[in-house]
Amino acid sequence: MNKIWLIVKREYLTRVRSRAFLLGTLLTPLAFGAFFLIQALMIGYKGGEKQHIVVLDEGGFLTKGIPDEQGVQFTKAAPGQTLETLKQAVRDKQYDGVLKLPALSSTAVKKQTIYFFSDDRLSPDVNNLIERRVAARIRDYKIAASGLDPKALENLETEVSLDPEPIDKPDDAGNALTSGVAVGISFFLGIIMYMVVLIYGSIVMRSVMEEKTNRIVEVIMSSVKPFQLMLGKIIGSAGVGTTQMIIWAILNALIFIAVQSFMGIDAAASSTAGLPEGASAIDPNDANAMFAQIMEEVGKQNWWYIIISSILFFIGGYFLYASMFAAIGSAVGDDMGEGQSLTFPIMIPIILAFIIMTSVVMRSPNSSLSVFASIFPLFSPIVMPGRLAFDPPWWQVALSIILLFATAILFVWIAGRIYRVGILMYGKKVTFKEIGRWMFYR
Amino acid sequence: MILSIQNVVKRYDKHTAVDHVSFEVPRGSVFGLLGPNGAGKTSLIRMITTITAPDEGAILLDGRRLDERSPEQIGYMPEERGLYKKMKVGEHLLYLAQLKGLPEAEARKAIGHWLDKFEIQSWWNKKIEELSKGMQQKIQFIATIVHKPRLLILDEPFTGLDPINTNLIKDEIAQLNAEGTSIIFSTHRMEQVEEMCDHIVLINQGKNVLYGEVQDIKNQYKQHLYRVEIAGDWPADFAERFQLASRQNGTATVQFSDEQESNNVLQYLVGKGVHVRSFNEILPTFNEIFIRRVAETGQTAPISEA
Repeated sequence: MNKIWLIVKREYLTRVRSRAFLLGTLLTPLAFGAFFLIQALMIGYKGGEKQHIVVLDEGGFLTKGIPDEQGVQFTKAAPGQTLETLKQAVRDKQYDGVLKLPALSSTAVKKQTIYFFSDDRLSPDVNNLIERRVAARIRDYKIAASGLDPKALENLETEVSLDPEPIDKPDDAGNALTSGVAVGISFFLGIIMYMVVLIYGSIVMRSVMEEKTNRIVEVIMSSVKPFQLMLGKIIGSAGVGTTQMIIWAILNALIFIAVQSFMGIDAAASSTAGLPEGASAIDPNDANAMFAQIMEEVGKQNWWYIIISSILFFIGGYFLYASMFAAIGSAVGDDMGEGQSLTFPIMIPIILAFIIMTSVVMRSPNSSLSVFASIFPLFSPIVMPGRLAFDPPWWQVALSIILLFATAILFVWIAGRIYRVGILMYGKKVTFKEIGRWMFYR
Repeated sequence: MILSIQNVVKRYDKHTAVDHVSFEVPRGSVFGLLGPNGAGKTSLIRMITTITAPDEGAILLDGRRLDERSPEQIGYMPEERGLYKKMKVGEHLLYLAQLKGLPEAEARKAIGHWLDKFEIQSWWNKKIEELSKGMQQKIQFIATIVHKPRLLILDEPFTGLDPINTNLIKDEIAQLNAEGTSIIFSTHRMEQVEEMCDHIVLINQGKNVLYGEVQDIKNQYKQHLYRVEIAGDWPADFAERFQLASRQNGTATVQFSDEQESNNVLQYLVGKGVHVRSFNEILPTFNEIFIRRVAETGQTAPISEA
């Protein structure tokens, strides 16, 4: 036990003090920050060019005109102008294009084609904008032409919201927001589990490969059991990963705050610059109320239960997969390409679990596939945390944890058998069949 | 006996790497573990160092079966040896010493002692990757002996070392041996075996094919060859009376069928009034014994991959 601790300590300290760790830990959040910043700027980007479009309204739809939007300005053609004169105006650079709205053959027309004349291509954004606006005008025109009461039509629209109410379960008066928040929590937990398994797993694998190519491993193994060495590496790498995650969480929070404050200033600056109405924000009071409601829902979750279970799934899942990565790392040695082909079979269940978590569990958390995947030990570390916020039956969670730990122990044991032989095997291309045989060596 | 190998077998799949090998390493000896490449030496060493376990047979260290405390009494320097390149010399040695069961304070003291002895105290904070290969070898040697093992296993300890460092390490080995450390020395360099070892075992194709005291083996393999050196000319009938392996000017190599016969040559030469300058028995070199024995056993031993 003391020796495992020595190995854990060395693994942790040398890795945390290495330049690669420092760079990776500092640069990744910066890259994230840059990503967020660029994304924020992209969303704020409203298509720099302005377009001026003249509309030839043969159908007489434009009683109200079309508001300018996204830098596109619409002008109704003066009476008496023909398509030819307008085209000439476009050639003379007075306008960027002519929009021709032909008359409807009847009010029952379901499909109508309109025309845009220009030698410049229309961007998909502007194309959609024009189609939407014209469709709305034609609708207004049809309502008027059919002699319908716009008010009565508006009254036909009813917004329905579903509020789930428990029958026997006490209290816990959830609403539509509850499941929304649950989906958010699921996604967050599931994605963290996925990243943890993948990132930490490959850290373990690289560390094992490094030791093998270094040729130090034979010296170490004349002092400690291979199993102790492997376990020490797995635990040490978990420490490295946890440290990195904590630093990332802190740095990301800082960067997020920084970006937000930058965005805030930006928004204030542009609103004083008198940007046109287009970007009509949600009423800040509404947003605040919404946020408070979400926070209340988040607070309603049984956090102790979720956190403790998630940690258990994290530990089980980590040991299960990290031990497999360690076994593969011991078998391949210095050939990175070979390593990739051997890790593929381990990646498949991880990726499958992630797909199930994101596509099935979040939509129907109690479907039979969800239940199965959240109990099946190769998937459960990623899928069950994703289900926790949907309050699955306790026995499923318990069964899942027990199965996961039993499997993890089995896998660590198997990995130990493989590791022991693989780590001293040099200059040989290994196959899975061979790896299988190693398990039975003495 | 510090080490006793009893009928040990190690199999990998269908290949038998070590096939019913038995031998004993006397306490305080320098014991040569010899054999061609792939003979099973490394498999044997890995079982002694508890890295793997035998499929059959037993290994006793100091009269007791190997257990998890055994590694602390063994120092092993493998042929393929490496160090963690990013670690500093001091912390690296400390780590390896602690893995061998030394408490930290004691390990520090022992490492300090050895760095002093090799006059490399200033290396404590150097990174391994800053050291030359020869320097790294010194660190590896210190790591192997820092916990005062009772049994030292050295696999080709001098490869990559310059003559000065080779002598330095050789002297340390001799001194450790004088202080009572038993040493197993695995090598292909036969002149080193003759120089350093008192006992050997020769392994070929997983089997023990030659085992015993160096001097005994040499006697056993000698071909009763004597080298005679004279001043002047050979008597005319010398070549007819004795079986000559070679003759060149004043030197001849004579082969006898019997030990006693050697005196006859001297008597004959003295009787003829020849001035004998030297008369020596030629013992076989280990190189010859090695090649001979390997060739013999290679032909007769069944190929173990059945």
